[in-house]
Amino acid sequence: MSNILVVLESRDGSLRSASLEAVGAARLIAEVSGASVLALATETCELDAGVLGAAGADLVLMAKTSGHSAEGAAATVARVAKEHQASVVLLAATVRGRDLTGRIAALLETGFAADCTALDAAAMTFTRPILGGKAFTTVKINGPVAVASLRANFFAAAGREANAEVQEVVAEAGLSRVTAINAQSGGRPDVSEATRVISGGRGMGDAANWNLLEAVADAIPGCALGASRAVVDSGWRPHSEQVGQTGKTVAPELYIAAGISGAIQHLAGMNCSKVIVAINKDADAPIFKHATYGIVGDALEVLPALAAELQKLNL
Amino acid sequence: MNIITFVKRVPSTTANVVITENQLNPEGVEFVLNPYDEYAVEEALAIKEAAGEGSVTAISLGAGEAQKELRTVLAMGADAAVLLASPLAPAADGATTARALAAAVKGREFDLLLFGKQAVDRDQHGVGPAVATLLGVPCITEVVKLSVADGKVIAEREVEGARETIEASLPCAITCQKGLNTPRFASLRGIMAAKKKPMEVIDVDLGTAAVEVVAMNMPPARPAGRILGEGAAAVPELVAALRNESKVL
Repeated sequence: MSNILVVLESRDGSLRSASLEAVGAARLIAEVSGASVLALATETCELDAGVLGAAGADLVLMAKTSGHSAEGAAATVARVAKEHQASVVLLAATVRGRDLTGRIAALLETGFAADCTALDAAAMTFTRPILGGKAFTTVKINGPVAVASLRANFFAAAGREANAEVQEVVAEAGLSRVTAINAQSGGRPDVSEATRVISGGRGMGDAANWNLLEAVADAIPGCALGASRAVVDSGWRPHSEQVGQTGKTVAPELYIAAGISGAIQHLAGMNCSKVIVAINKDADAPIFKHATYGIVGDALEVLPALAAELQKLNL
Repeated sequence: MNIITFVKRVPSTTANVVITENQLNPEGVEFVLNPYDEYAVEEALAIKEAAGEGSVTAISLGAGEAQKELRTVLAMGADAAVLLASPLAPAADGATTARALAAAVKGREFDLLLFGKQAVDRDQHGVGPAVATLLGVPCITEVVKLSVADGKVIAEREVEGARETIEASLPCAITCQKGLNTPRFASLRGIMAAKKKPMEVIDVDLGTAAVEVVAMNMPPARPAGRILGEGAAAVPELVAALRNESKVL
């Protein structure tokens, strides 16, 4: 009887929500194959068996170790995968998750698929964007175990009525270790994980005008800030905000592009967003071909009006 | 300080993509050195220059055409290049690539392995850490700041909403993220010198692929959108559409 193993990621002792999406994806496979869903936290953290059970886990394992070592975490996952005859190992495609995916596959002598956006539980295939989102490939992993990371906002926790049991397991030692973690984003979610994103481009005119974007973001709960490559290369915004082929690929419910013309690298990185709003002076800008709603106009004039209108709603 | 850096020939990020028979149609596509590998090469050269001794070797798994990108790396200042040649290389999956690269590293002396954090064609992010795992050395991924001294590496990387500091001992693997450095351009002198530098070509058999491509498609077409109007006057209609029609607010 095979199992589906999900790697749970934590920070500052708390489970990260991206992991619950992976647990939900594992449940989809378990419902088809009849397998059990095991969720493994590679470090000691607060785990709510009720939340994990509802998300789709049958059994929750927690390795007893503080601090993160990628080699240690990968070795713990590989050992647990073997002990429990896992046929699939799933991770959230976060920075840490992507780091672990290739390592776990190497330890289990199998292949891997990173940043998957869909899976077929019956055929056991994974679909993932390539070329920065310009194309998609569907793959089957040839090996004893399928190792895959899942991109944020494409899967959801199962939302079932079930409880999971929590057991402790031994953690493997690693070679490198994380010695410090410093929060950076000023309370906003990361652009790669947010369900709402507002991005600015050259049409914002100057880095000083970002307060206009921030005012809109402040009026929308859970809204992250993004930026075009041109803006990041000009030093207006940090690279951590860059959306596109050499930045982050995003798929929020709502993506607002302000003063972004829509270079092909940028479009590839955000065209999976559910609703795209484009605000641009140039009515012929490529972004409008991808937008759900467009406003032709200067972002510097439209954004304050948008912020004011949103503030009225008290979202 | 002996450094091995790993590079890949990839389609330019400005390329339009056409998929034919489950493959990227290379017609009209410009191929370049993977942008993230430029950071790896720059870091390798800068570390060697600071140490005042050692060597930088670039290894690429590629078809014969990838010699062009290896020449670019030699022109930037690398000492030697190795092409692991296979006609199947451009379509190779991450695990298969990692096995071939790890096998090529065995028997070579190294202190540091430097990778781009991802290749912008397959976007797997996994080859560097997989190679390090196969070789039994530590690996730090997506590094934006790196210091190497006294046999020890201290690196920083950006995770979602935070910055991590990570330490490891040499020998060690690093995958490089944008922001780590500003890659140099090859000088004319460098380009001339590169012609005389050694380029070893080793034919490799990639064996059975670890990942099989079942299908490759263009992204689904987006439903047609609409222009709501001009300037700030269109804002109320936009907010109403987001709330009542799309229900995303």
